[in-house]
Amino acid sequence: MIVSVAFDSREGDAKQWVEAAKPDYVTLIDQNHYVAELYNMVNVNQAVWIDEAGIIVRPTESAGAYEGFRKMNRETSEIPEDVAKITADAKITYYNALRDWVNKGTASEYAFDAEQARAHLTLRTENTARAHAAFSLGQHLLRIGQVEEGKRFVAEASRLHPDSWNIWRQGAGVNERSLAANADFWERVDALGDKKYYAPVDMKGMPQ
Amino acid sequence: MVTVLTENGTKDVTGGTGTNGELWIPKSEAGSLTGWTLKPEGFCKGELCVAIPPDRESEFVRGDAVNVAAFWEKMGMPALHDEAGANWVLGQGAAHRSAALQSLEAPDFTLPDLDGNLHSLSDFRGKKVFLVAWASW
Repeated sequence: MIVSVAFDSREGDAKQWVEAAKPDYVTLIDQNHYVAELYNMVNVNQAVWIDEAGIIVRPTESAGAYEGFRKMNRETSEIPEDVAKITADAKITYYNALRDWVNKGTASEYAFDAEQARAHLTLRTENTARAHAAFSLGQHLLRIGQVEEGKRFVAEASRLHPDSWNIWRQGAGVNERSLAANADFWERVDALGDKKYYAPVDMKGMPQ
Repeated sequence: MVTVLTENGTKDVTGGTGTNGELWIPKSEAGSLTGWTLKPEGFCKGELCVAIPPDRESEFVRGDAVNVAAFWEKMGMPALHDEAGANWVLGQGAAHRSAALQSLEAPDFTLPDLDGNLHSLSDFRGKKVFLVAWASW
């Protein structure tokens, strides 16, 4: 069962994508990024594996993403062939692992036991808790027309939770493709230095 | 009137006033807003009660009103408001959320689909769920 959640605060932003993809699974709209708050998600696409009893068997992690885009030629949008292969292989590896778990359940080598699952949790801090509250208030103020104040709360949320690309990108301007990938995005990516944009997935075969 | 965002949604509190970090709500409305009710033992939710410090009672209770924001922050949970004090959020604290995650029980949520139909994660109990987040941006 796939449950997809769109972190899209602006009404209608997700709609065109859902209508174009025509998914045969549940697609939910999360204007306040509530699921990000609950599961400590900081980027998309991130995912959680949950078993039949409602127990987390793989906590929040990048859903097979590899940050090959960082090696993209920013003028031509071309990605070197070797990097493109790593990106494609990562997706396949993750997808195959997911299928393995769906078929085998706890017998799958990709399903964590409780101790492993807890060890892979990212837990909330006081600052991230306050950041999510500020983000919710900011989005509410934007919706009721208190735009400047709303933007200030969203910016404060990003300051309090700098690891959250979800919060930052939701508050950033978008380009002609409706992506929050203007110059300020690339500056922020470059500022990561050796730090990862997508935290590596702790899974056999995934790029680290 | 004050608008308050909580985990359970957005609610207008008719008797509320909120400025300078104080959010005074009539006792009669504070319980349904926060899930915590004022009793002689303090603020209580089910069996759990949080006592009001005896020398600081006026910070929390005045006549028929409760300072929900002071209580919320005392509990280690963020209470934020806009400049006018007309819009508030009562957020969830780090300790509460972290304890919930460490139980490994997937936190439940209810969200709308594009048609406005509500779905809860718990609706899918009995099936494996691949919960995946994405965004248009």
